[in-house]
Formats: sequence, structure tokens, C-alpha cells
Amino acid sequence: MRLRLQQLAVSYPAPGGTLLPALGPITFDIADDEFLCLVGPSGCGKSTLIRVLAGLLQPTAGSAYCGDALIDRPLPDIAIMFQDANLMPWRTVLDNIALPLEIAGVAESERHQTVRELLPQLNLDGFELAYPAELSGGMAQRAALGRVILQQPRIWLLDEPFGALDALTREKLSLELLRLRQRSRQTIVLVTHDISEAVLLADRIIVLSRRPGAVIADIAIDLPRPRFAAMIYQPEFLRLTKQVRESIESLRD
Amino acid sequence: MAKNESTQPEIARPYANGVVWRRLSPLATVLVLILVWHWITDWQLVSRILIPPPAQVLQSLAKALADGTLAKHAGTTLGEMMLGLPLGVSIGLAIGYAIAKAPLLEYILSPIIVAFQSTPIVAYAPLLIIIFGTGPSSKVVTTAVIVFFPTLVNTIVGIRGVSPRLRDLMRSLNASRWQIFRKLELPSALPVILAGLKTSATLAVIGAVVGEFVGSGSGLGVLVISARSQYDTPLVYVTVLTMTAIALSLYSLVALVEWRVLVWQRRST
Ligand SMILES: Nc1ncnc2c1ncn2[C@@H]1O[C@H](COP(=O)(O)OP(=O)(O)O)[C@@H](O)[C@H]1O
Ligand SMILES: [Mg+2]
Repeated sequence: MRLRLQQLAVSYPAPGGTLLPALGPITFDIADDEFLCLVGPSGCGKSTLIRVLAGLLQPTAGSAYCGDALIDRPLPDIAIMFQDANLMPWRTVLDNIALPLEIAGVAESERHQTVRELLPQLNLDGFELAYPAELSGGMAQRAALGRVILQQPRIWLLDEPFGALDALTREKLSLELLRLRQRSRQTIVLVTHDISEAVLLADRIIVLSRRPGAVIADIAIDLPRPRFAAMIYQPEFLRLTKQVRESIESLRD
Repeated sequence: MAKNESTQPEIARPYANGVVWRRLSPLATVLVLILVWHWITDWQLVSRILIPPPAQVLQSLAKALADGTLAKHAGTTLGEMMLGLPLGVSIGLAIGYAIAKAPLLEYILSPIIVAFQSTPIVAYAPLLIIIFGTGPSSKVVTTAVIVFFPTLVNTIVGIRGVSPRLRDLMRSLNASRWQIFRKLELPSALPVILAGLKTSATLAVIGAVVGEFVGSGSGLGVLVISARSQYDTPLVYVTVLTMTAIALSLYSLVALVEWRVLVWQRRST
């Protein structure tokens, strides 16, 4: 499903009754099934943009559309995943992953069955009755991933979902993300501060300027799919990484 | 917090058998206290009129149980508490929830609430007796009033402490208001609310007994005063200890509920 951003801008109220521009105005489209990575300096409005697309924040100006629908509230086709796993500490892994089904009114036996079928894919079998505090960071994030999968969204919004993990776990999880996506294609908008990760995963990378974020580079990544970890040594990969890095570094003056 | 990802069985926890001793230690404290009490009276360190020996108190207890005095008065007090406690707790929960959701309400209600809380209950108990009469209903109200405040404060703290990121999650799942309450706000605030309920449980006895002191036909508060005026010191002790037992049982009941409900907290530390 296509996402369209039209003259989208967000300002936050600042002390003294003024408005602090945090994002935009930006205008661009995200194609159906596209894997888009958003990179940019910290504080440039990436999370703000994700929250607008998730329908959790009203833009100050302009608008965002999902297909033909104006995004003015959370839409069922769009799911969001946060930097920390954001699990409920009082729920077991099983009940945390099953939450979207529970909200949708699916019967308990049925939703537990669905989750149990998903657990091996998430490498979480045997942990369904554990509580979030008993999980490692990587496992918690995989549980959060499972929760998103059960929403069956057409569009995934991922705000630095692996940002808090160590480099190896992060790489493993991002490749798992690709694998999951190959089975059923979705539109993905992924925020990351890791340029290699962005090039390895994306069809397209958008680089945002300093606050208020505006599009300063829009780079197509035409590496062949399926992607694999060893690609990072290929000359084409290095060329693209360099291109993204240079556009980010051009921001420093 | 984060454990490693191995699935090996967990090594036995240290202090596993220390738990039994920890559970039994309050009982040991009580036993020691009774022994000390016995010796004090046995060696006549203090006049027996001031502190009767445990055996005499036990006799008095047996008598009060046999002739139904204790059951009658304790029954009255318990009845008042069992109505006043849920009443005050529900009002505290409802107003606390409303205040947590609408901060403007706090500004509007805070003068009343603070005034209520800073006036000692003994001061307005007579007022409540005038309004509600010397029957049980005035004690139901004193109990409700005294348990209201801890419930209120803990509900506000609990609901305000709900993670905004989990709120975002529930909103993005298109959860209804009721689902947000039932599946997020309530379980998230429950540890704090139960802590408040433990305080309320012990305060409930105070509320009922203070009401009875001021004016009543029966109840443990009345029994204490009549026993004292008849110089029946053992009966005074029996009555006071009954109040303690009621407060302790109620507290333990809430603690038990807490223990059953908050499994995840024990597992998470
Ligand atoms: N709720 C808020 N209120 C006020 N300012 C905010 C709020 N959220 C974010 N900001 C500000 O808006 C800017 C963009 O924030 P954010 O979208 O989180 O950036 P990023 O995710 O790119 O690091 C930052 O300067 C931040 O301080
Ligand atoms: Mg951010």
C-alpha cells in the first residue's frame, strides 16, 4: 500500500508559547512493497515522522495518506515497532505476542495456538511462559516482532527497532526481518542510524537534514535480492555506503 | 535484568531454605513478646492491675467468647468495616482515576481533599455521628473516609505511572477505552493500588473504632470503654488484641491477594 506525504510538517510547542519546528515540510511517496530506510542526524524528526504515519500524532501542516485514506488516527493496515521492545511486564511472552489478537477479540485458545505456531520462527520456543524481564534484549525484540507480525499489517513502521542491541544481534535480527518479509511482502519504513544496515536492507534510502528534517538525498539501492551478510564486502555495496555517508557528512559545517 | 539465552535449567536459588525461617520469624517475635509479658507479670515488675498476666487475659478471652460478648461487639465492628472499606476504596478508586485522567479535576478537588485529609478523624467523627446517628451507618462512613485517602493517592500515582509508550501501543492497536483500562491501566497500576489497599486495610479498624468511641450501642470501641470503666483490665486487653487480630488478618488477606496477582513481579527481580 502506497504512502504519500504532502507538505508534511510538525512543530512542537516550546517554552514561552513559541513553536519549535521539528520536521519538514516534506513531500515524497513510498511505493507499494518498498523497503525504505530513513537516516539522519539525531533530533531531525525521524521518530516524529514515524508517529505521524502511525496516526499517533497530528501533523501541524500538510497531510499523510495511506492509499487514499488520510492518516488522522491509527489505521489497521499500519503497525509500529519501537526502539525498546515495549512489552507489558505483567504478561508472559505468549500473551504479549497475542495482544493484537486479544484486542481484536480472537478467542484465547485460538490466539495461543497462533502464537505457538509463530514461536519457532522467532526462536522463542520454550519461552512462551517467561516474563519480559527474564528475556535478553534480542529475545524481547523478537517477541515485539512477533506481535507486529500478528497484526498482519501491510505497512511496517520500525523506529530504530534494533538500535539498543549489540552489533551482532542487530545484524542477525535485521536479516531475519528480510527473511520474514520475503514470504509476505510489505511496505517497510525503517529508521536506523546504521548506514551499512540501511544499505543492506533497503530498496531506497532517504537522508534527512538537521532539524527541521527535510529530504536532502533520495538514493535508490539496486543491489540484487535476496540480500545476505557477506554483501557488505562487495564494491557496489561500498560505493552506496560511501554515497550515503557523504550526504550525511555534507550536513556538518 | 537481561539473562543469557541459554535454555539450561536454572541453578537452585540461594537462600531457598532460608525462606521458611523468614516466614516463621514473625511468629517467633510474637512468642518472645508473650514470654516477656509473662515474666514481667510473674516477677511482679509492674502491678497486675496495669498489666494482667497472659493467663488471666486468656481466661477473660474464654469468658467473653463463651457468653457471646466478644462475638457481638466484634461482629458489629467487622460489619461496619466490611461496608465502609469497600465503599471508601471504590470512591477512592473512581475519583483517583478521574483525577489521573483529567488533571484539571485535581485543581478543582484538591482544596476539599486536602482539608479532609489534614483534619484528624477524631475531630470530625462527632460531626458524622450527628449527621448519621449513633447506629452502624456513621461508623461505616468514618471507615470509608479514613480508607479513602490512601486509595485515592495510590490510584492517581498508579494510573499516572502507566507507560506512555504502552499507551501508544494500545492506541495503534485501536484498543477501546475499556480495553485500555482493563488490559493496560489496571494491571500496570495494580502494584501501587494494592500497596494502598494494605494501608487502607489497617486504617479501616481505626475508622470504625474511633466512630464507636464517640457514640455507639455496640462494637469493640464500646467494649473497650465499658471494660475500662469497670476496671476489667483483662477484658480491655482482650478487646485491643482482637482489634489487632482483625487488622492483621485483613492486611494479610490483601498481602495474599498481592502475592497471587503479582507473580510477574516476583519473577522479574
Ligand atoms: N513531545 C515533544 N515535545 C517537544 N519537543 C519534541 C517532542 N518530541 C520530539 N521533540 C523534539 O523534536 C525534534 C525531533 O525529535 P525526534 O522526532 O524524536 O527526532 P529523531 O527521532 O530524529 O531523533 C527534537 O529536537 C526533539 O527534541
Ligand atoms: Mg528517534
